[in-house]
Amino acid sequence: MILEILKGLGTTAKHLVRPPVTIQYPEVKRPVRYRFKGRHELKRYDNGLEKCIGCALCAAACPADAIFVEASENTDAQRYSPGERYASTYEINMLRCIFCGYCEDACPTEAIVLEHDYELSFVDRASAIYTKEMLIVPVPDSGTSTPQQVEAGSFDRAIPDMEDPK
Amino acid sequence: MSDLVSINVDGVDIEVPAGTTVVDAAMRADIQIPVFCHHPKLEPVGMCRMCLVRIGMPVRDRATGELLKEPDGSVQYNWGRTLQTGCTVRVAPGMHVVTNSAEAKDARDDIIEFLLTSHPLDCPICDKGGECPLQNLTMAHGGGTSRFNFNDKLTNDKSVPLGELIYLDRERCIQCARCTRFQSEIADDPVIAFHNRGRHLEIVTMSDPGFDSYWSGNTTDICPVGALTTADFRFGARPWELTPAATLSPHDAAGENITVSTRREAKSGGRVVVKRIMPRQNEWVNEIWISDRTRFVHHFAEAADRLKMPLVRKNGQLTPTTWDEALTLVAEKLAATGEQAAGLAGDRLSNEDLFMFQKLFRKALNKNNNIDLANKRLAGGDVTADVGIASGSNLGDLGKGDTIVVIATDLHEEVPIWWLRVKQASERGARLIVLNVRETRLDKHASFVMHYAPGQAIAVAGNLLEHDEEVATAVRDADNLVIFYGYEGLSYDETDALARTLGNLLLETEHVGRPNNGLIAVWPRNNTQGVWDMAVHPGLTPGYRADRNPGLDANAIYAGAESGDITALYIVGADPVGDGLMPGRGALDFMVVQELFLTETAQLADVVLPAQSWLERDGTFTNGERRVQRYNPAIQKVGDSRPDWQILAQVIEKITEGSEKTPFAASLVFSKEIAKSVRAYKDMDYRTLGQVVEQFPKVGGDDLYYGGTSYANEAGIGQQWSASAESKKPKKPFDVPELDVTRPAGLVLLRVAALYTPGTLNQYSELLHARMAKPTVMLHYADADQLGIADGMSLVLRVNGTELPATASIQDGVPSGVALLRGFAWRKGLESAEIVKVQTPITA
Ligand code: SF4
Ligand code: SF4
Ligand code: SF4
Ligand code: FES
Repeated sequence: MILEILKGLGTTAKHLVRPPVTIQYPEVKRPVRYRFKGRHELKRYDNGLEKCIGCALCAAACPADAIFVEASENTDAQRYSPGERYASTYEINMLRCIFCGYCEDACPTEAIVLEHDYELSFVDRASAIYTKEMLIVPVPDSGTSTPQQVEAGSFDRAIPDMEDPK
Repeated sequence: MSDLVSINVDGVDIEVPAGTTVVDAAMRADIQIPVFCHHPKLEPVGMCRMCLVRIGMPVRDRATGELLKEPDGSVQYNWGRTLQTGCTVRVAPGMHVVTNSAEAKDARDDIIEFLLTSHPLDCPICDKGGECPLQNLTMAHGGGTSRFNFNDKLTNDKSVPLGELIYLDRERCIQCARCTRFQSEIADDPVIAFHNRGRHLEIVTMSDPGFDSYWSGNTTDICPVGALTTADFRFGARPWELTPAATLSPHDAAGENITVSTRREAKSGGRVVVKRIMPRQNEWVNEIWISDRTRFVHHFAEAADRLKMPLVRKNGQLTPTTWDEALTLVAEKLAATGEQAAGLAGDRLSNEDLFMFQKLFRKALNKNNNIDLANKRLAGGDVTADVGIASGSNLGDLGKGDTIVVIATDLHEEVPIWWLRVKQASERGARLIVLNVRETRLDKHASFVMHYAPGQAIAVAGNLLEHDEEVATAVRDADNLVIFYGYEGLSYDETDALARTLGNLLLETEHVGRPNNGLIAVWPRNNTQGVWDMAVHPGLTPGYRADRNPGLDANAIYAGAESGDITALYIVGADPVGDGLMPGRGALDFMVVQELFLTETAQLADVVLPAQSWLERDGTFTNGERRVQRYNPAIQKVGDSRPDWQILAQVIEKITEGSEKTPFAASLVFSKEIAKSVRAYKDMDYRTLGQVVEQFPKVGGDDLYYGGTSYANEAGIGQQWSASAESKKPKKPFDVPELDVTRPAGLVLLRVAALYTPGTLNQYSELLHARMAKPTVMLHYADADQLGIADGMSLVLRVNGTELPATASIQDGVPSGVALLRGFAWRKGLESAEIVKVQTPITA
């Protein structure tokens, strides 16, 4: 009996000297898995053009009807994406989203990717709607911001040749 | 009708009219043979080979003609050596068709594979994606793999404007020639064509401006891929995101059935907006076609300057106010005015609006009959009520043995779909007689054309049986006779005499009271017939009963407003000041205008009430063939506007202190009031107007045949009401008033219609600005010489103190002694304008 109590206390004593498993969130954050599905990002090509072509297939695929897309036409003076069409409005309602990733699967240009940000909390419904400005990634160093002014005829494919999906 | 032929498709016995193609025959039994180039409204060409099937004919003994039998006793068939194209082979008795053999499936797979070698597969950004026959057929019949190297795919120009309205994506075109065949066979505007061959083949436009046709939008509907798209819808939305609403064209008297597709948009501030307009099938009215005006002129409904609040004049200024205040003021003023009040309505209003309008005067204001149509151009609604085209008619049934007379109108510019259907009837063998002062587009298809001197229309119509033996026979002995009449070059009284003369002609030749016979008025607006039916007329009550105490007609009302005999005027859906009918407020004490926009008339009013456009509400229009059709709301209301009938009913409710309640819905105005008062409408309500029947070709379904190329009619084909001659023959002919039709000496000015005439509704469609008819004075060279006018010279037309800029154009087709005015909105006094030459060019 004494022995059992000592054994139990021993376990407690052992944990007293072990480093704690609790982390001090939000000061400390745990890394997530590579394939974790967090908040979406809209990607850009290396030259800064947006990958999204405003096709709304993500919106069609979304089982929660969380995505809203409106398209407009690119011109060479005001070019957002390669090809003819870009998303002039792109919104995701994070309250509706179930983070299933169907949108990512549906996207023909790999423009939308569920990334690793999971810190989504809101004080009202309106702020749960992420607009295109909030979703789109910053312009890479190699590119310039959109809309770009480009030479006529330099982008006539909506979906430029892409690497094989990883 | 034609003989029936029985054939067997995939084991199913089908009876179809002789001459049907195998593809269409199979479709009647819901067996879908996939097609790309075939279209049931077009002649077959057999260009795409998608419809390959195995066809077997029973074998007969050459000597005896007996059917040969197989050893087992069954009929012997000759299955031919190869697959055949089902779209070009016509049915023959005993024919056996196998659509789904392994061989046929292989062939389809190959065709799809081959088509896709040159197709960009940019479905994600393609406007057709989601309702695309190529997508559907690839999913259903494609093999899923390709033996071609993707990198060898031909790339081509992706956005080639064929004019301002239609864009071509050269890569997507599968060279089916539906568009070019539509333009040459149906629209008779062969302005687009194939250029080059093989993989370099492209659609080019040969006209200036590009794709110059009033029908261009239809090619985007029937194109089986997204090669042709309209500038209006381009990248506007994906088809599956659209909400369709079944409605009608508000532009002309044919009442084309349309589907308005809408979507709620962030960039429009969260409003539901119109994204596109497409035809809705109604084989009795517009088949599956609509003119470009119907397709593109809708932007006015959503214009920023629509009236949004009731306005009341306070201290000389029109100030926004509440509905209650505005309506109370109107009710008090009208009630206090009594006999000296008058009302003028427009002919764009629905039957419900018009009924309420006459009720306001006749019921709430104690049998005040001072109501009329504000802008009267064409008379004869009472004549069409008697001898109008009979119920059960379909212009599409006219053909050999039938005769069509078209007088004093240019159908191509006024009611394009009638032009199309009359032209097609003449191609089917109907004799067409075109009578006008000048050349019109229809002359080309006519078997007899006569250009009479201005003012002679009535005489010509009266002497039609004496004039020319051939014409007399064509008219007298026609199996069916349909007469269209309009108002080109005629005064209102003359059109009345013309309608009566033509009514007598129909009676004399006994072409009344049976389907496909009778008179059609080419009304200036979509619901002018409704104005007659609802009796917005000083001398008639609803149902064409004469009123014993007729009120003042429009002319007397305008004069009364000037002189002070009329002290209060209620104007709904009309702009008499802008039309030059009314110089100003005159001596009016009180003036109410109910409108969409702050028109010239509204600016002078004491109370302005914002009405809803046809897109925001429901109602019914009665077309020129007296077909009553229903339309449904597509978008939400603009501002705080209300439907016209509701505003009028609320005024009635206030005047009668609640004894006449405002109905809850337009459908109740129709079923509880119109159907009870207007005899011809007694069997109608919104439910019967919404009935549909099966139509052929079957369009718009999710089949792989014509799915997605038009909208099927699920909202009703409407009801054509019986003209009185159908139940009892009129005993005596119409009295034709004797009129002095001589024209003053000198040049006769004559306004001719243009589809895109600059005006309130058209101007909001920016897309069409370049197509707007330029104000032009067209002259014969001899007259131009005499007046010292050169081609292209700037002119001014002086009309009652207003100066309208114009350009002179000297043309071959213009009769001498006549100046044709084209591109001018209708305006009183236009035809007696003074033509002034200006030296310095003026800008419009
Ligand atoms: S993750 Fe799923 S639920 Fe969320 S937006 Fe994408 S498709 Fe919709
Ligand atoms: S994110 Fe992808 S699927 Fe969604 S609209 Fe853009 S391109 Fe289309
Ligand atoms: S543009 Fe369309 S309708 Fe015309 S040929 Fe090409 S695929 Fe056919
Ligand atoms: S060849 Fe028959 S549909 Fe094209």
